[in-house]
Amino acid sequence: MSDNTQNSELLRFTTAGSVDDGKSTLIGRLLYDSKSIHQDQYDAMVKASERRGEEDVNLALLTDGLKSEREQGITIDVAYRYFSTPKRKFIIADTPGHIQYTRNMVTGASTANVALILVDARNGVVEQTKRHAIISSLLQIPHLVVCINKMDLVDYDEEAYNKIQNQFEQFAAKLDVKDVHFIPISALKGDNVVNRSEKTSWYEGPTLMYYLENVHIASDHNFIDVRFPVQHVIRPYSDEFHDYRGYAGRVSGGIIKKNDEVTLLPSGFTSCIDKIMGPDGEMDEAFPPQSVTVLLKDDFDLSRGDMIVRKNNQPEVSQDLELMVCWFDNEKALLPKGKYTIMHTTKTARCVIKEVRYKLNINSLHRNEEDKTINMNDIGRVVIRTTSPLFYDSYRTNRITGSVIFIDESTNNTVGAGMII
Amino acid sequence: MNYHINHLKELEAESIFIMREVASQFENPVLMFSGGKDSILMVHLAYKAFYPARIPFPLLHIDTGHNFPETIKFRDELVDRIGAKLIVGSVQEAINKGEATEEKGLNASRNGLQTAVLLESLEKGKYDAALGGARRDEEKARAKERFFSHRDEFGQWDPKNQRPELWNLFNGKHRIGEHFRVFPISNWTELDVWQYLAMEEVPLPSLYFAHTRPVFEREGTLLADSDYIEKRDTEKVFDEMVRCRTIGDMTCTGVSKSSAKSVEEIIQEIATTRITERGGRTDDKRSETSMEDRKKQGYF
Repeated sequence: MSDNTQNSELLRFTTAGSVDDGKSTLIGRLLYDSKSIHQDQYDAMVKASERRGEEDVNLALLTDGLKSEREQGITIDVAYRYFSTPKRKFIIADTPGHIQYTRNMVTGASTANVALILVDARNGVVEQTKRHAIISSLLQIPHLVVCINKMDLVDYDEEAYNKIQNQFEQFAAKLDVKDVHFIPISALKGDNVVNRSEKTSWYEGPTLMYYLENVHIASDHNFIDVRFPVQHVIRPYSDEFHDYRGYAGRVSGGIIKKNDEVTLLPSGFTSCIDKIMGPDGEMDEAFPPQSVTVLLKDDFDLSRGDMIVRKNNQPEVSQDLELMVCWFDNEKALLPKGKYTIMHTTKTARCVIKEVRYKLNINSLHRNEEDKTINMNDIGRVVIRTTSPLFYDSYRTNRITGSVIFIDESTNNTVGAGMII
Repeated sequence: MNYHINHLKELEAESIFIMREVASQFENPVLMFSGGKDSILMVHLAYKAFYPARIPFPLLHIDTGHNFPETIKFRDELVDRIGAKLIVGSVQEAINKGEATEEKGLNASRNGLQTAVLLESLEKGKYDAALGGARRDEEKARAKERFFSHRDEFGQWDPKNQRPELWNLFNGKHRIGEHFRVFPISNWTELDVWQYLAMEEVPLPSLYFAHTRPVFEREGTLLADSDYIEKRDTEKVFDEMVRCRTIGDMTCTGVSKSSAKSVEEIIQEIATTRITERGGRTDDKRSETSMEDRKKQGYF
């Protein structure tokens, strides 16, 4: 195998957009130009487009896989698409852009390194652009790339591009975004998508593909605060491994090292890392997002939901939390005083909603303290109390130890997502 | 500081996390094993996830009775090697007992019967989670599939009403009688699977490598000649150097011309091919949404 494969990183990005802003065309171009669409897929798409009486090959048919999506001509669900270049493997979470699909955008955004926001060069920053930016900021996607699309329809005009960039920057100043990039493109004609355009000589930045291949994502994880939620206890009960008690889990923050002094939560006892076992055997250290098994020097009895942390760097421990919540349930609004099951790292608990502080208008960032009904696709700030203490960090510090899902106890459905403040 | 892992190790870490989540959240999981490379990968990952303990779930093979003999031989050797428990659900037995009726005609396949036998085996074993090696890059309906995919008491999939999945949080809560299909390798592509199997030097069935066997051509697809498949008079059998890209029933799995005799040569071939992996599967070509239709009924 080549060194390229050995060193290639995985990058997850999310796109959001509606039918006419060229999102499908852009994804289609990335897949087609990176040779990730196969001949039989292309043939099937041509056939399906013809059957539907469409003139051009409809690239959306590639991502819209479900019958109802094809019938209605819209993406309803999050669709995952894959392509790779010698440098990186990419996972696209392709989500619909309309306000009634906010929950799908939130889902796609939760694991993304990069958010790709499309702006139509003729229309500039519109409500939908703001909404996508707000969601990216709430979900703390580390990198934002704003593609100013359809540049061919404004004659590749630098001024039009600069105007939109200014508009966006003014708005983004109110948000919590760390890294924003702007690229003038035409998804239809291929300008600055994979190949550099001769028509935008005034633009000196990278093409979209170059950006995706090179954006620095190695520090997207938290490598400072050691957090190891115990996921599963491994006890072989065999002659060879008689007293083996391994704590399996995924490193959720920091770098765990052999011989580190650690504190065990909730007991507060201290111990020392005796061994770290990885998928290929013993290792000296482990870091996010590795799945490993940790053995302690002392004989404590930890179970799922407990957490191993570094002695002098502990998470918050509390039963009272404030969160931003995005609601998913199409049947019932979030109930003030309602009780829900919650999942946080590997821990499951119950909670009661103590208070709804406000509902956030996700087009304007306005905080509505009059109407506090959090319906499906609404985002609001709530206070909860849990049945047992959670070991958490703010979502800003750590996306893994700062996130929660809400489960309806009568239907078992996942009805909300929470980001701890 | 350079703390990063390559994409194969990251996919491995994700799949191991999912498998451990299944062992923790469910009482009675089972791993669906077809004998193909994806389920071989699944077993390999499960072995790593729980080492030095044994894989905490049995393997379930739905045997259509139309398998390539090479598949069955490989399956039995693998089960022996890792000391796993194997459960076989037999389509032939269901036919013999009159519980299932065989399709007739030229393109007859036991693919549909597989679903009934799978659902019955899951019910009989009272399994609340069935791990499968399906991948999102395989087929457009599978691209919409969750890692933890809920099935009602009839084993049906409701694609419009799926639970959202965020971060590392997987909700496996279910009522009695319902079960979950869990797909730990959702994010792997065909190429990822091969690159990983090469890196880990995992043994594979001989069918994946180029060999000479009697084949015939039907609607542009090469099929392996066998007693299970009825041929038209015009369909002439000839010897060809071929290999399987997927392994399913002999009746619906196309073989492709190839000279790839090692995993490295296969990777070369896949990297340059213009046809998808399931391009040779006649069961997917029955209609535009045939995978979605089958999945709704409970197909894997």
